[in-house]
Amino acid sequence: MPVPVAYSLRNLWARKLTTVLTAGGMALVVFVFAAVLMLDAGLRATLVATGQPDNILVTRRSSGTEIQSGVDRAQAAIVESQPEIALGPGGAPVVSKEVVVLIAQPKRGTGVPTNVTVRGVGAAGLALRPQVRVVAGRMFRPGTAEIVVGRSIAERFEGTGLGERIRFGGREWTVVGAFDAGGSAFDSELWGDGEQMMQAFRRQVFSSVAARLADPGQFDALRARLEADPRLTLDVKRERSFYEEQSQAMSNFISYLGVTLSVIFSVGAMIGAMITMYAAVANRTAEIGALRALGFRRGAILAAFLAEALFLALLGWAVGIAFAAAMQAVQISTMNWQSFSELAFRFTLTREIVVKSLLFALAMGFVGGFLPAVRAARLRIVDALRAA
Amino acid sequence: MQFAKLVLRNALRHKLRTALTVLGLVVAIASFGLLQTVVGAWYAGAESAAPTRLVTRNAVSLVFPLPLGYRDKIRSVDGVRSVSYANWFAGIYQDPKNFFPQLAVEPRTYFDMYRDYLVPADDFAAFLRDRKGAVIGRKLADTHRLKVGDVMPLRGTIYPGTWEFTIRAIYDGAEQKTDTSQMFFHWDYLNETVKKRGRGRADQVGIYLVDVTDADRAAEVSQAIDALFRNSLAETLTETERAFQIGFVKQTEALVVAIRIVSYVVIAIILAVMANTMAMTARERLAEYATLKALGFSPAFVAALIFGESLAIAAVGAAAGIALTFPVGDWFAQRVGTLIPVFEVSAQTVALQALCALAVGVAAAIIPGRRAARVRIVEGLRAVG
Amino acid sequence: MHAAERPAPALIRIRNLAKSYRRGGQVVPVLTDITLDVRAGDFLGLMGPSGSGKSTLLNLIAGIDKPDAGEILFDGVDITRLGERELADWRAGTVGFVFQFYNLMPVLTAYENVELPLTLTRLSRRERRAHVEAALALVGLSERMAHYPAELSGGQQQRVAIARAIISDPRLIVADEPTGDLDRHSAAEVLALMDRLNTDLGKTIVMVTHDRRAAERAHAIMYLDKGELSTAADVHERSVR
Repeated sequence: MPVPVAYSLRNLWARKLTTVLTAGGMALVVFVFAAVLMLDAGLRATLVATGQPDNILVTRRSSGTEIQSGVDRAQAAIVESQPEIALGPGGAPVVSKEVVVLIAQPKRGTGVPTNVTVRGVGAAGLALRPQVRVVAGRMFRPGTAEIVVGRSIAERFEGTGLGERIRFGGREWTVVGAFDAGGSAFDSELWGDGEQMMQAFRRQVFSSVAARLADPGQFDALRARLEADPRLTLDVKRERSFYEEQSQAMSNFISYLGVTLSVIFSVGAMIGAMITMYAAVANRTAEIGALRALGFRRGAILAAFLAEALFLALLGWAVGIAFAAAMQAVQISTMNWQSFSELAFRFTLTREIVVKSLLFALAMGFVGGFLPAVRAARLRIVDALRAA
Repeated sequence: MQFAKLVLRNALRHKLRTALTVLGLVVAIASFGLLQTVVGAWYAGAESAAPTRLVTRNAVSLVFPLPLGYRDKIRSVDGVRSVSYANWFAGIYQDPKNFFPQLAVEPRTYFDMYRDYLVPADDFAAFLRDRKGAVIGRKLADTHRLKVGDVMPLRGTIYPGTWEFTIRAIYDGAEQKTDTSQMFFHWDYLNETVKKRGRGRADQVGIYLVDVTDADRAAEVSQAIDALFRNSLAETLTETERAFQIGFVKQTEALVVAIRIVSYVVIAIILAVMANTMAMTARERLAEYATLKALGFSPAFVAALIFGESLAIAAVGAAAGIALTFPVGDWFAQRVGTLIPVFEVSAQTVALQALCALAVGVAAAIIPGRRAARVRIVEGLRAVG
Repeated sequence: MHAAERPAPALIRIRNLAKSYRRGGQVVPVLTDITLDVRAGDFLGLMGPSGSGKSTLLNLIAGIDKPDAGEILFDGVDITRLGERELADWRAGTVGFVFQFYNLMPVLTAYENVELPLTLTRLSRRERRAHVEAALALVGLSERMAHYPAELSGGQQQRVAIARAIISDPRLIVADEPTGDLDRHSAAEVLALMDRLNTDLGKTIVMVTHDRRAAERAHAIMYLDKGELSTAADVHERSVR
């Protein structure tokens, strides 16, 4: 015969201040836990969205990032001519030979110079990234000093408004449009014509070559052949895995630091729950005696107090996750250590995070409530009654 | 006397509860300290920068180099004491996660500028003789168990291929906060190799380091240098080394801010725990407080009892938490190795820890203290048993 | 009324005292128009069924509760008009408290509990020691000075409480059911002590009780019922019957 659930709930209600403070501590832990996972999820979502499943990206071997990479024209031509590369409507291969550089551009308002990625794209650059849509103005015209800016960059940096001019590479560039790249890393970039940028920066080599495979299944064959070619010292990767690797260090840092902190912080919240539950047991000793005398078993007493702790945790979780959900409105922008460039992403709440944080909160409640519940269950009826 | 006795004995009344609260405080104060130290480490590079040192780089961004020819032009600027230069190598030692800075430098001028890198004279001479030699910092050497004479292979990312360097010297820091996680080798060796491979990147310098004769002239000299190269193919941007370092930190500021906020969240968590402890304690003792008031003690005395108890618990927790910060910090610093070059618990951090504990102690007692001070005697006495 | 008509000088003069409580939005009158004199040296017993307002009257006399109307003149001073702080000082110097559940500080020893009210005075440590030892000797607990309340029996605890009540030499001692939680033997000891405080030390005592044996110790008994002070009767007369 279990003790009614209402008994546990009403006891929480009776001690409002204590309940609020204990659940509040747990809510803060849940908030940190969820927020960190959301940050990591946001970062991954941004970078996964950047890579198309049937695109490949070719960079110089071991360069790691496009900034550090260099692919000369001869190498690019070899890549372009591979049979696995898809052909466009006009029969030309769907390939974009790109030049990627960083420019230090001051942020509007603070004036802090921040590294922004400038990408000069080739003819098929846009076809390769169907997620890119112009949302204001128009796309740049090839062969001109026109550029378009990503959604996360537009307006946030000096000279990135529509019609404004930015100076880099010894010349002025006019911003003719803004694009939305579907929450991908391209949202934090400036795009212009590849050949124009090569000239402006006086570069002889491209940074990378992006291409679409006619059949994604042929990736392994293509990579094996290109990487074995003695004329080439190139890495061939799926675009998606390339961008995933780009964020590896930061993703690891965020999740490692975040989970460590959540676990350490949860010690505090569990201690809070333990203090509260021990006091609950001590204050209600006579009550427990009466319940036992009425015929409730030890197991029922244990369950009732454990349920009380779990309800506390549930309350903390609900409040914590509600605040965490509100964080979805916040955009974080920071420098990605691996590419040294500005990257903007959002806190993203996934179902997995909701479930994980619920389990985390219940675990806190269980650990905090277990020992006090055991103490309650082990009280001897006569001793407990005498405490009245 | 009686007051202190009451406070202390009250604090020890519920031993388990007090012990748990103190434990919570220790965890919170120690993790707060560690997080503050991590944030501090972010700024360590900027703080150790000398005020007389300027950094000249390509105005477009750091990714773009400057011609070697600028060296002599910069040296000729009035107010410049010496000029050195360095290239960021960005090699990988064994695994990408073993990150540490590697710089190709002009060794004589460079080490003349950075006097807080202490290199034994004999070893330095040996380094100068060996064109494939390298100087590494103590922390780097300790992290990877490297010693003089060892060969360090690096996989280049900006400069392709595998590069082998022989460690000729290990430098120590003049101060605790000196970064000893770096590796230096000969710029000439890098340049020769690049030239041999013929990729058009030869005679290119990443940054110039400029020592000025007088810190007051730093701004003026910066402007003079930048004026020299205006409208050239590679325009320059010169700023103090401190500003240069802060520029890096600023770009990852979102993370610094996040860590900072999180460090205060743990204080908020422990505040909730502590306030709960004090609230329960005060509620259980309402009859005693009413008795004291009946005997003629003032509400202020009763409130002071609760504040005293709260502060006593906070003080013990803070002391233990601060004491724990140092060994845990050392352990952490060893674990992360060269990723965080300087990890030192500062006096400011300790002061902040103490201040937070004080704030928690006071804040936790406000509601219970007020309640106890305001309780009507008749009602408080009724709360017996 | 009988007591009020006496012209003798009274230590405590209570006039038209009224008090009611608010319980769940309803106003419950507890005392209505109480008028009563207590002369210096009196030992007054207050009796009545539970809920009759006897404890409320005691609390009002002791200055730990405020009436809705009426006045309580203690040696000419109307304590109902004193502010919180003045009232606290007045209690510290004038009233000694004995409670049903002793209300000792569990973290202080018997000695320290008795010393507690003296910490509000300017007495030196040595003077305090002399006073405390004398008070504990009076209640017969010199041997138990270093014990904590939890280590004492109920009767011993109440005797410590009595020592605490007289330590600052108050003129009035109020006792609320001082024997209510004690066995017969301990109760007798405590009552004997109360009697000595009254006869040997000349303390004015007001005691609430529903224990007839306890009431026998009092010189006069007042009955409270439904908020009204009904009759005063001579205890000895009753006990003879």
